Amino acid sequence: MQRFSPQEIVETIRMVQMEKLDIRTITMGISLRDCGADSIGVVERRVYDKVCRHAARLTAVGDQIEREYGIPVINKRISVTPVALVAESTGTSDYVRIARALDRAATEVGVNFLGGYSCLVEKGATPGDRALIDSIPEALATTERVCASVNVGTTRAGLNMDAIARMGEVIRDAALLTADRDGLGAAKLVVFCNAVEDNPFMAGAFHGVGEPDTVLNVGVSGPGVVLRAVETAPEADFGALAAIIKRTAFKVTRMGELVGRAASEKLGVPFGIVDLSLAPTPAVGDSVARILEAMGLERVGTHGSTAALALLNDAVKKGGAMASGHVGGLSGAFIPVSEDIGMIEAAEAGMLSMDKLEAMTAVCSVGLDMIAIPGETPATTLSAIIADEAAIGMINRKTTAVRLIPAPGKRVGDSVEFGGLLGRAPVMAVHTASSEGFVRRGGRVPAPLQALNN
Amino acid sequence: MTNPASVSSSNRVIVSVIGQDRVGIIAAVATILADASANILDISQSIMEEFFVMIMMVDLEKASTSFDDLRQRLARKGEEMGLRIDAQHEDVFKYMHRV
Repeated sequence: MQRFSPQEIVETIRMVQMEKLDIRTITMGISLRDCGADSIGVVERRVYDKVCRHAARLTAVGDQIEREYGIPVINKRISVTPVALVAESTGTSDYVRIARALDRAATEVGVNFLGGYSCLVEKGATPGDRALIDSIPEALATTERVCASVNVGTTRAGLNMDAIARMGEVIRDAALLTADRDGLGAAKLVVFCNAVEDNPFMAGAFHGVGEPDTVLNVGVSGPGVVLRAVETAPEADFGALAAIIKRTAFKVTRMGELVGRAASEKLGVPFGIVDLSLAPTPAVGDSVARILEAMGLERVGTHGSTAALALLNDAVKKGGAMASGHVGGLSGAFIPVSEDIGMIEAAEAGMLSMDKLEAMTAVCSVGLDMIAIPGETPATTLSAIIADEAAIGMINRKTTAVRLIPAPGKRVGDSVEFGGLLGRAPVMAVHTASSEGFVRRGGRVPAPLQALNN
Repeated sequence: MTNPASVSSSNRVIVSVIGQDRVGIIAAVATILADASANILDISQSIMEEFFVMIMMVDLEKASTSFDDLRQRLARKGEEMGLRIDAQHEDVFKYMHRV
């Protein structure tokens, strides 16, 4: 029998109850590759049946684990095979019907988001990919829980600038079709470079083609726990600070490992990976920005923010990598604006700009995330922002993503409110000089050299 | 040999009581556990940051009530007494504090 000291027990309880340690998501990946058919009606039925069959117990198991271990499991979610791969055989373009079938299935099994209304077009698009991309605005406007993503570049393939040009329009249209909800549709759409196939986090989750039939991936969280650890060491130098963050990340990740293994056993689904990301929520005490500020920055977004984030991101990975048998997904610190109270406040105070956020994405996971920008922003500017962000990912061999909300009718100084985990966001300024000529060129940006790095 | 890649199949839970010290805490918790035929394997208590902390390791192997039920009874008793009483599977602490 192992004994635990009161300090250990209290530390764990404090992490959960006061510092908001939680399991952000258990996400079941479900392959839809056996759901293809000539008829869209048949695909619809097969997709719905398969998701409902495999995920029937997902939420119940998540709730059971929460009770047994006393660790909140915030979200139960589903990722599926990129829908373009499944729908293409139908020869129709009415893919929205599949989005609706997925939405019904997600509602039926009680998950709040289902990702995978997706396609991978880093080198070019098939007719099915194009049909899917064209259908994204309507699919997001007419469903509640379905999330879409499109991969437009990789380090090995370069950037598909035709797809990037198109995605600027798609983001704009997704926002316009949901103008009554501040452009919420665009908040469910991610444009990736170097997308990963086992990401459990929304809105960018999809079930990659190299994955098994079903798999369980876990996303941990714990910005509050890391914040508290950083706050206890105001005088520590960077070596000591990194060590503190590593130790904390280790403990947080162990919880993810435990919950992932428990859920996988209870569901009879193979355990995939733990995603080590620090995922903030709008709740006070659950902010990544606050960690950077606790390192000695008056406000996130000021000079030093990129270095602080680089240290945090790396230390979280080092600590977490030791704690789990299989680390994957995005694994890094997320810096969404609307979902992080520290980011929201810095943006409202005019201390955080798009340009600084872009720089920060070069050293953290993911990218320009949940940023509201003026509704009148031209689609070509959206595309140019995507191109910049994708270029950072392509050159640095990392995942980058863009999730922007061109809020219809809103200007800089206004704010948008999505509620819940998606939070609220002040509308931030973008550069107004046109990028149209650049975006209009089309074609592909060649894959970068993998040597002569400097 | 336990399989390190697997969650344990043990029925041991950690019951933790945190709050102001007062007469009868151990008796109250022990009564609930005895009524549920849950076996107390170990008890420790200490004062941390002015709070009374009591920790019990409890075996539910032969328990007559479900873990869920027991957890709720303990939580209710905690509310009655102005304390926080949690019951969590021991794996939580094993995973976090033992490698």
